[in-house]
Amino acid sequence: MSDNLQLNPEGKLKHFLTIEGLNKSLLQEILDTAESFIGINDQQIKKVPLLRGKTIVNLFFENSTRTRTTFELAAKRLSADVLSMSISTSSTSKGESLLDTIRNLEAMFVDMFVVRHAISGAAHFIAQHTAPHISVINAGDGQHAHPTQAMLDMFTIRQIKKDFSRLRVAIIGDILHSRVARSEIQALNMLGVAEVRVIAPKTLLPAHVESLGVTVSHNLTEGLADIDVIIMLRLQKERMSSALLPSESEYFKCFGLTEDTLKNAKPDAIVMHPGPINRGVEIDSKVADGPQSVILKQVSNGIAIRMAIMAMAMQKQGSL
Amino acid sequence: MLEIDVLLDKLEAELRRVIIERRLDNPLMIGIRTGGVWIAEIMHQRLKINDPLGLLDISFYRDDFSQIGVHPNVKPSQLPRQMEGRDIILIDDVFYTGRTIRAALNEIFDYGRPDQVVLAVLIERNGRQIPLSPDCVGTRTTLNAHQRIKLTGPDSLAIHLQNMDAVA
Repeated sequence: MSDNLQLNPEGKLKHFLTIEGLNKSLLQEILDTAESFIGINDQQIKKVPLLRGKTIVNLFFENSTRTRTTFELAAKRLSADVLSMSISTSSTSKGESLLDTIRNLEAMFVDMFVVRHAISGAAHFIAQHTAPHISVINAGDGQHAHPTQAMLDMFTIRQIKKDFSRLRVAIIGDILHSRVARSEIQALNMLGVAEVRVIAPKTLLPAHVESLGVTVSHNLTEGLADIDVIIMLRLQKERMSSALLPSESEYFKCFGLTEDTLKNAKPDAIVMHPGPINRGVEIDSKVADGPQSVILKQVSNGIAIRMAIMAMAMQKQGSL
Repeated sequence: MLEIDVLLDKLEAELRRVIIERRLDNPLMIGIRTGGVWIAEIMHQRLKINDPLGLLDISFYRDDFSQIGVHPNVKPSQLPRQMEGRDIILIDDVFYTGRTIRAALNEIFDYGRPDQVVLAVLIERNGRQIPLSPDCVGTRTTLNAHQRIKLTGPDSLAIHLQNMDAVA
């Protein structure tokens, strides 16, 4: 789904659906813009008037706490009017089609949709069919992409490690079901890290995973050697239909990150997790709450990165 | 006409006058990026202001966002957390339409409610579009609508007169 539906004729961001098809300089522009928004947290009034008078609808067809609230806060800090809708309370449960829902919201003069959906490609579908003045941001679609999560992680990594080019990054856990992993791998490679390494049991890796531009390890202890950044993934129990694992405790024994296994990475390695974390399943509490963990920093950075992406997508769209 | 050293001396004298007249008590000086900061650095030193110089980037408060969009690398403003009740000297290089100052005031008030704000600019030119005007100026000048004043620096400050027709 490489598409330049995301960019307007001048190469500026119009929709933000996937990392694929974007380029290094645009990713850097997003990171730089987010950097500028960080300072707003110091203000007594944590708001700037950039999107005053704009209406943003958060369309969440799938549950989320962190992503939805940080999108909502980001929009509010840009002074937009925000409406958050979740599937259980909307009329799609009464049989209305997705496009009918979109058409009705368009009729209410909405300027942007932030979409999370269990089906891969949902945000892309809406972007293709919505009115031309509306921007669409993907807040996670099925197992396809979660590009804002990837960007906030890139932002957190850059904040701490400064330069991408020498970094070795390990992504650990359920790569197969993870839209986060897919977007992270694309963003890390686009920004030019030295290595992206995935560490997982064979049953939790997609076929031909190397073609995504990663090296593979099936052993956590060995796989962590020389690693600067560790990205843990949540074991997605709700997405696991067949028996891919013997048991959670078995998984923790082999792939759970503990203080002991963490010692195999570089001493200044940082530990990241997109949340929500399953304590004692993929990560031990002592690591999650420990000095190398930047998990809560990721959450804070989520606001600035989403402000940047929303502001960039809403700026004047040239000839459109 | 636009001799930088003369203008800086004049602005300093004006600021000393207004500090006494308005009874600015332990004022906080704030420069507007980029040119305003260069002028403010000089005034901050000459007037021996106690508090460190505040830096203001008004990019997020501009009223032309929908036309020009957001620039990356907007440097975060650096202002003290406590602006409540302070006397503020706001400094910019050129006063033209007044829109920059409108944006700057909005941003300052988002940090707290100052007691007084005094505006000092190196050059005031014609072309005002909103009802604001500076309290202290280095000089006033009248230009054609297509002319712009640009300050270059910061190592050796210089004032340039640009013709917008020629640029376009």
